[in-house]
Amino acid sequence: MALKSTSNSPVGVVGAGSFGTAIANILAENNQVLLYSRKPEVVEKIAKTRKNVGQDIHDHVTAVADLEEIGKRCNVIFPIVPSANFRDMVRNLAPYLRPYHVLIHGTKGLDINLPKGHKISPRSPLTREHVRTMSEVIAEESSVVRVGALAGPNLAREMAAQQPAASVVASHFDEVINTGQKLLKNDRFLIYGSNDLIGIELCGVLKNIIAIGAGMIAGLGLGENSKALLISRGMVEMIHIGKVLGGNVHAFLGLAGVGDLIATCSSPLSRNYTVGYRLAKGETMKEIMENLEETAEGVNTIEIIRNLGAYYKIRVPITETLHKIIHGEMTVQDAAAYFMKFPFRAEIDFI
Amino acid sequence: MKLQDLNPNPKPKFPPILPRTKHWPIVQLAKNRKEFIADVTRESIERLGSLTTKRSLKEELETTVYREKMRIKRNPWRVDPKDEKSFWDSVQQRLIEVEALPDSESKDVHDKILAEIVNRYSNEIAGNFRPSSYRFARRVVTLGFARLLNAARFKGPWAVFRGNLDLDDKIHITGYTEHLRKLAQKGTIVMVPTHFSNLDSVLIGWVIQFLGLPPFIYGAGLNLFNMKIFAYFMNSLGAYKVDRRKKNLIYLETLKVYSKMALSRGCHSLFFPGGTRSRSGNIEKSLKLGLLSTTIESQRFLYQQAEKEKSDPQKIFIVPVVLNYNFVLEAPGLISDYLKAQGQERYYMENDEYTSSYKVFTFLLKFFTKGSDISVSIGKPIDILGNPVDEEGNSLDKNNQVLDTRDYFISNGKVTVDHQREEEYVRILGKRIVEEYHIHNRVFASHLVAFTAFELLRAKNSKLDLYTLLRLPEEDLVLDYDEFLKTFMKLRKKIFKLNKKGKVAIAEHLQGDIDKVIKHGLDNVGLYHATRPLIRRKDGKIAIQDMNKMYYYRNRLNGYGLEKHVK
Repeated sequence: MALKSTSNSPVGVVGAGSFGTAIANILAENNQVLLYSRKPEVVEKIAKTRKNVGQDIHDHVTAVADLEEIGKRCNVIFPIVPSANFRDMVRNLAPYLRPYHVLIHGTKGLDINLPKGHKISPRSPLTREHVRTMSEVIAEESSVVRVGALAGPNLAREMAAQQPAASVVASHFDEVINTGQKLLKNDRFLIYGSNDLIGIELCGVLKNIIAIGAGMIAGLGLGENSKALLISRGMVEMIHIGKVLGGNVHAFLGLAGVGDLIATCSSPLSRNYTVGYRLAKGETMKEIMENLEETAEGVNTIEIIRNLGAYYKIRVPITETLHKIIHGEMTVQDAAAYFMKFPFRAEIDFI
Repeated sequence: MKLQDLNPNPKPKFPPILPRTKHWPIVQLAKNRKEFIADVTRESIERLGSLTTKRSLKEELETTVYREKMRIKRNPWRVDPKDEKSFWDSVQQRLIEVEALPDSESKDVHDKILAEIVNRYSNEIAGNFRPSSYRFARRVVTLGFARLLNAARFKGPWAVFRGNLDLDDKIHITGYTEHLRKLAQKGTIVMVPTHFSNLDSVLIGWVIQFLGLPPFIYGAGLNLFNMKIFAYFMNSLGAYKVDRRKKNLIYLETLKVYSKMALSRGCHSLFFPGGTRSRSGNIEKSLKLGLLSTTIESQRFLYQQAEKEKSDPQKIFIVPVVLNYNFVLEAPGLISDYLKAQGQERYYMENDEYTSSYKVFTFLLKFFTKGSDISVSIGKPIDILGNPVDEEGNSLDKNNQVLDTRDYFISNGKVTVDHQREEEYVRILGKRIVEEYHIHNRVFASHLVAFTAFELLRAKNSKLDLYTLLRLPEEDLVLDYDEFLKTFMKLRKKIFKLNKKGKVAIAEHLQGDIDKVIKHGLDNVGLYHATRPLIRRKDGKIAIQDMNKMYYYRNRLNGYGLEKHVK
């Protein structure tokens, strides 16, 4: 197959989880791709079997175990690793990163950066100052400035099955958006652009909270009406938090916001949804975490947003309730009853 | 940071780095003034052509004519050329006539008119630097400065006219002076000072020459050229003219091109990125990015040029400079401007305090004879994206690894032009400069006494908004000394902590016995205003006599989150 891309250097993908692998495959349709995994056995397996996390691997994808190779050979890199490992990954990659690199990440979580010895307590609460989106981690840990984020309704398994989908590349730089579009676009994958980097990142991050809630409702068998109630209330909650953290309302009304929210809240394929579903079925958080194949970002996000909500005095009833459930302070059944009595006020007051 | 006093040594401490004037880039520029203006004109026209605005050239010209005619009518200055009205009339006339022509012909006329306007603007902007008069002007300024400073300190105003040229320790230059001198020999320096007083440019001019650097070019408000004598000094010191009344696109682009091309030719430059003097007394929080953007553009151009000519690229270094005063003569006017603008409309007319020779003379006299300690902190040099630069001129990344600034302009292995990308870079640079300002800001006792008193009053009247607070009745404007002392001590501790973390600099007089520090602060804050902002009364209490002015000096410590420690 002839390559469309004009540049000769391969595109890098860091992280061979299900989303990283799916993105590597999509990129491979137009480009040569280097797919990095920190686990040598995964690299070996891909080379041997041309399969990973249940997906066939495109011929143009080469698995590598060396970050230096990614940094030195690729001008454009897509980091897609869980938020908990993101900062370490950037630190390890940073020696090979230069200001000419373009990084477009696809991680939907937050990072906490506390000064040494700082413990979160009512006296020294968690604030926006301590919370980083992934693009902020990249800027903080490397000399890369041309940073973007990829977000949208992109369930990895559907993408692997080659079903049509769309996504948003957000960046302050038009150049990054254009690069992302050029590299990712094909007949089944449409790419929108946005300049609201933080807003789009927050969309992807915050929807995971609501997805856990949606999974619970499904697990309880409460039906579509109540799920729609949760999704629309969840949307409002997302926007209120998003605004405080520096996002723009518009992002939440777009593909990466409401679009991703609907996809994640409707599909048993979503990890966060699965967590909620299993909680409702009576498993404890510990049991679920033990045999979850990949990270459910929503769990960590709930902790962070609950703290921020308290500090900035915004009401986050859904996040708050999920937090109680996760920590065993409330049962899923009680939560459902509690919500029916919750005094929600004006429905839409942010536009 | 070590305080580096200027010692009263008649020999300058810093020998000139380029002793031969003919090597100065600015001299080269002045020599080829005509050719340079032609280059500026050509490039400005090119750029205006490539700008994608919503308006067509015809509309742009019409808007410009309209605005220029309004300006001539509403806000004429003495410095404006005589033929101004007739020029714009004729442009207008021709724009009307052209309506009748077919499109293909009218385009030529429009282009021609644009060229005339740009040429007119670049001629007006261009400085008139002459090395001979530079030497003369420099001597006058240095001499005047030294004499005035001395006179004020020891011998009364008449000593100005007597001998003795020693500089006393009134001006403290601290920070990265040697670093700056080294880099000035390796690349082009862009100095970006904070802006509090109209005399900042004279002060900076003196500092530049004191440090042995060749003259810098800088944009001076055209209003300063209203007076012949000022105009003479401005011209001789390398100023080019910036007319803040002209806000049309054609003018602004020509101005940017002028600055960019001068930078590209290696002329060290001076910008006040805050735009105008700080009205509130705050350190600049957001910068005017227009002129700043020319540094980035110019750096990219230099890389392109080096690529073409296979030569070593010239690098541009940005040096933030923070000026600190105990006393700013214009403070009352500035703060009242600020409060008016905040309270009612965001717009105010720029009032021109420099209208007559008499006013200027008295201003100068007061400034030099009465200005108590002045501190000039030379910040750490950074590159055009805010990375620190070592003494060899290498940019360093977060891990202190050498980083190639050229990489910022590279896409797919080549230097490329991307205006949107560069706009984003300017924003990054602007943020970094503001951060550096806060780091190199030196806390004076006088700022801290104003801050302490203001925040105590605010805490006592927590329900009042700023405007009501500023209008508190006299009987409420008294503070117990013990209470004041306690808060002052607490804040000083916080400031020392910040200083340890490298987040702010402190004046040496801030250390030591707390009562003495407070006394120093009270003795110096707004020293020569008709009413002192705050004093210690005979009964020992602290009395505030002028809230607005106190607020102005207090604002110097904004942005460090200190207010949350006063309850």
